[in-house]
Amino acid sequence: MAHDSSYTDQKFNVIGSRVNRPDGVDKVTGRARYGADTTAPGQLVGLILRSPHAHAKIKKIDTSKAEKLAGVKAIVTSADLPDLTGGDRAMLDILENSMARDRALYDGHAVAAVAAIDRATAKKALKLIKVTYQVLPHVTDVDEAMKPGAPIIQPHIRTPGDDSDQPSNVSGIVPFGHGDIDAGFAEADVIIEKSYKTEQTHQGYIEPHACMASVNSDGTGELWVTTQGHFSFRNVCAALLGMDVAKLKVTSSEIGGGFGGKTHVWMEPVALCLSRKANRPVKVVMSREEVFRASGPTSSTSMDIKIGAKKDGTITAASAQLRYQGGAFPGIWGMLGAMTSFACYDIKNVKTVGYDVLCNRPKVAAYRAPSAPMAAFGVESTMDLVAAEIGMNAIDFRLKNAASEGTKASYGPTYGPIGIKPTLEAVKNHPHMKAKLEKNQGRGMACGFWFNFGGQTCTDLNIGIDGTVSLTVGTVDVGGSRASMSLIAAEELGISYEQVKTHIGDTASLGHNDTTEGSRGTFSSGMATIFAARDAIEVLKQRAALMWEIPVADVVWEAGSARAVGAAHGNLTPLSLADIARKSPTTGGPIAGHNEVVADNAGVSFASHICDIEVDPETGGTKVIRYTVVQDAGKAIHPDYVEGQFQGGAAQGIGWALNEEYIYGEDGRLQNPGFLDYRIPVCSDLPFIDTKILEIPNPNHPYGVRGVGETSIVPPLAAIGNALSNAAGVRMDHVPMSPPRILKALEALG
Amino acid sequence: MTATLVSTTVNGDAVQFACPNDETLLDSLRDRVGLTGVKEGCGTGDCGACSITLDGQLVCSCLVLSAEVSGREITTVEGMVEGGQLHPLQQHFIDGAALQCGICTPGFLVAAKALLDRNPDPSEEQIRYALAGNLCRCTGYDKIVRAVQSAAVEMRK
Amino acid sequence: MRYEAPTTTKQAATLLAQEPGVACILAGGTDLLVKMKMDMIEPDLVVDIKRIPAMQAITASAAGAKIGAAVAGAALGKHKALIKSWPGVVEAANLIGSDQVQGRCTMVGNLCNASPAADSVPAMIAAGAKAIIVGKDKRRTVAVEKIVTGPGQTSLAKGEVIEAITLPKRPPKSGDAYLRFTPRTEMDIAVVSAGVNLTLERGVIKTARVVLGAVAPTAVLVPAAAKAIIGSKLDETALEKLAAACAAACNPIDDKRGTIEYRTKVAGVLAVRTAKIAFQRAGGSL
Repeated sequence: MAHDSSYTDQKFNVIGSRVNRPDGVDKVTGRARYGADTTAPGQLVGLILRSPHAHAKIKKIDTSKAEKLAGVKAIVTSADLPDLTGGDRAMLDILENSMARDRALYDGHAVAAVAAIDRATAKKALKLIKVTYQVLPHVTDVDEAMKPGAPIIQPHIRTPGDDSDQPSNVSGIVPFGHGDIDAGFAEADVIIEKSYKTEQTHQGYIEPHACMASVNSDGTGELWVTTQGHFSFRNVCAALLGMDVAKLKVTSSEIGGGFGGKTHVWMEPVALCLSRKANRPVKVVMSREEVFRASGPTSSTSMDIKIGAKKDGTITAASAQLRYQGGAFPGIWGMLGAMTSFACYDIKNVKTVGYDVLCNRPKVAAYRAPSAPMAAFGVESTMDLVAAEIGMNAIDFRLKNAASEGTKASYGPTYGPIGIKPTLEAVKNHPHMKAKLEKNQGRGMACGFWFNFGGQTCTDLNIGIDGTVSLTVGTVDVGGSRASMSLIAAEELGISYEQVKTHIGDTASLGHNDTTEGSRGTFSSGMATIFAARDAIEVLKQRAALMWEIPVADVVWEAGSARAVGAAHGNLTPLSLADIARKSPTTGGPIAGHNEVVADNAGVSFASHICDIEVDPETGGTKVIRYTVVQDAGKAIHPDYVEGQFQGGAAQGIGWALNEEYIYGEDGRLQNPGFLDYRIPVCSDLPFIDTKILEIPNPNHPYGVRGVGETSIVPPLAAIGNALSNAAGVRMDHVPMSPPRILKALEALG
Repeated sequence: MTATLVSTTVNGDAVQFACPNDETLLDSLRDRVGLTGVKEGCGTGDCGACSITLDGQLVCSCLVLSAEVSGREITTVEGMVEGGQLHPLQQHFIDGAALQCGICTPGFLVAAKALLDRNPDPSEEQIRYALAGNLCRCTGYDKIVRAVQSAAVEMRK
Repeated sequence: MRYEAPTTTKQAATLLAQEPGVACILAGGTDLLVKMKMDMIEPDLVVDIKRIPAMQAITASAAGAKIGAAVAGAALGKHKALIKSWPGVVEAANLIGSDQVQGRCTMVGNLCNASPAADSVPAMIAAGAKAIIVGKDKRRTVAVEKIVTGPGQTSLAKGEVIEAITLPKRPPKSGDAYLRFTPRTEMDIAVVSAGVNLTLERGVIKTARVVLGAVAPTAVLVPAAAKAIIGSKLDETALEKLAAACAAACNPIDDKRGTIEYRTKVAGVLAVRTAKIAFQRAGGSL
């Protein structure tokens, strides 16, 4: 099915223009209010006591001394958070992660919490709580956790497909693929088989988790919180605390970064529980150390990749076994890794298996294209090895095997029009490829993929008496999407961008909206905005018909005005949106449009990156000299913010590739829970990041939009690995590729 | 005496508050003076989100005790607007899409202003090293550096 | 916690001597406030030394230099005369943290915090710096390498405070330099570092001091490394001996910032690079 080029040719009035975002002034003046930027009368400070052990039975918690301390208003433990889940294991996991029940499952696991009149009192109270632990053996490595005899994290977990009823740390084994890989490998002239390991990283948002919880004795409550999904937080918190959903109003503050880490509740249920017990508002703000120890980093992994190809470059078979640890609770991370591994390619015989493994680490949360970067590191590194073995150019090898429209993806579905080949062609012809390389410098490239999601969305569009438009969306704005929403509404209504103001509505103002994740914000809320605007246009046409006293069938909406069509009405002056709005009190009242949709068929987004890196052969030190991102956005609503997503994801991937890792000691405790030793890139570490937006429209969106926020973090790990190989001849198989690892590899080369 | 009555100047205004001696200027500015433009990203001087100037010198307010600042002059991001107009850096950050979530933006603006006040024509490398104390996780720094460069051009006119 | 801001060094020393509880000196606060935030220390008394004139001054002349204990890195980085005589000392101090940290941190604070990886220390020791220590009743002057006795520990007695650092008279044809290895370009604690100070006579190294940081519980002055390059113009053989002497002097640990193997290897690499810079600054040609 050839793609409909009318999307490519569609002429837009405002879509694609680089307007200033509506929240910009607030954010550059310090006026914008984030999670910790709120106060409430009578507020208390909430602090959480956390386990210093990686794995321990909690024998006893004695809060008696702490309760007597003047100024302490409430102390809670798991006794104050009874299991109301009715057998819903996923909910019980969330409850147990917010507050340990019979065991502490990781260093930093919450075991008790205090609300007091000030921070000093709360700190003193924490010190007075006496917890009796019985330390248990722990395991933090994904491969160690899979071995027989490893300490068991959750005794109810059984290895799928294993009838022995033995407790296990393997909660999931999920295969994908098609064809016959044995036959495929038999056909291959060249086979490369290699294992890789990646360490755990954190999303690293600069704003720690923070909330103000206020529960009243009548069962109503409010939660002000930094979150990617206030509706989802409402549902979860209400369920865990036994509150009615409609009685808990959750307002999302401005969010200081999330990248998936703020799609889950961490300490919010505990904050609400403290507030309920104290009958006063309680403010809980995580310290940076708590963020690292007790929110949701991404998985550490190990994987085995095998690719076979003919001399002419055709891949005949590819397989991957990927092992992802999800922390102390079951997750779907291995499954996602198995889905994304070979998604860029058209391979006749492919098999991937994702393992989900538990260990004594914090509960893993999504981190921008979750699980894809690790799998891509293994696959894209191996692709370069195969290409080298055949003697084929790395880009040409990928082009030869790239997926296209009609390809059956390795994870199941058949692709519509997609951008992997165009991004590869663009990379091949990009000026970056011609830039001169100096001594000790090398160039590498890699591809990446992410699904992108749709999901439940609800939007209101209200027209003010002066014709300006209030758009209320329910997807939290993590990167500037309010500007895009305003552009979309303006485009549909045919008015200027400045006439629209987009707000993020609280949970009392809209129906359910899924979390801003899966690159769904612009896609889903954008789609709902389009339909809400079209809904409003119908009303506007009716009002115009009423004002003109003509049939509504004779009214069209064009260029921001109602026009009467037909010879009989030829001399009627068009009515602008403002004209109609002004008369609205007498023509039927407020004019609005509304839409609920489960936005579907978000287009997949492919990218190819190029990286030039310089290696100091005597120290293993590295410097990224040049970086280019080419990614398919379908349609870029606001190019500045699309570029921003490309650059931000690439920077995170670069940090992940070179320096970021969770370092655990033999005692199972996290040794680097701070920005000093958890090393994210600083400004002087990076060059300008060049971007090229391709637009292969998504046929399932009215404007062709694809989600763009996530794919950009997927290629950098391998782009850098491949660049290092070309710079210094070392093939790195352990991420991060830090200086000691690089130096060791260089020395092994001899 | 475990508390101090601090009399200081913030963004040109006389300000007075009492606080425990171990309270940081970051906490006092946010919780007592009501200026929440300074942010706690780490509390240990590693992220720069709490950047202010103290007697004209760029510092992290999380590493200053409020007890120290009596008689001194503090400027925060809230003091950058002049006569109701955004400072060129603020305008260029908006125009150049140099912010995504915006949490690091106040710190960057204060640090960038401190840079341009002492060096009106910095090279790209000088900008990057001067801003190395400000962490951003959203932008990859690209548009931030460009916004500082374009603001510097305007400010030199 | 009590807070005092005395205006003379003697007052500061007296306050420290008389405090029965935990007393801490506050200069830039870039170590103290971090420790307080992380609950590693709970001072009963903090003595702010920034209002003491004797601690705020920098003087630099042909006779030598004196840097007050409260002088921030940013001020050092602006002092042209000091940079001219002791570029290594200044660049080392200026590597401590970001511009924000430089607005507050001090060399003496860096020294007395006594981290094995402290940036200012190897360069100060290489320069032959001395510390002027003031107690309640007396003053003494001590070579900087005698101050730090172990990680987080100094030889200062209770009630003693360093008032200033002195740097000796600078002979002509002298140069010093400091390099460190960090995984990022900024904001990291040194994984390994080297400070070299040398003087030439007729183009050949006459005197030298080579100091390594972050490879032992304290900064290490390596006489064998100095011996390796004295009498040379940093030819290949001398540099190899220098690197070997440095590797031999290392006694590092494995920690979250580096391994024994890595630190030992890179110590030699850095010493060679630092020696070359110091040599060129002294007027030598490579």
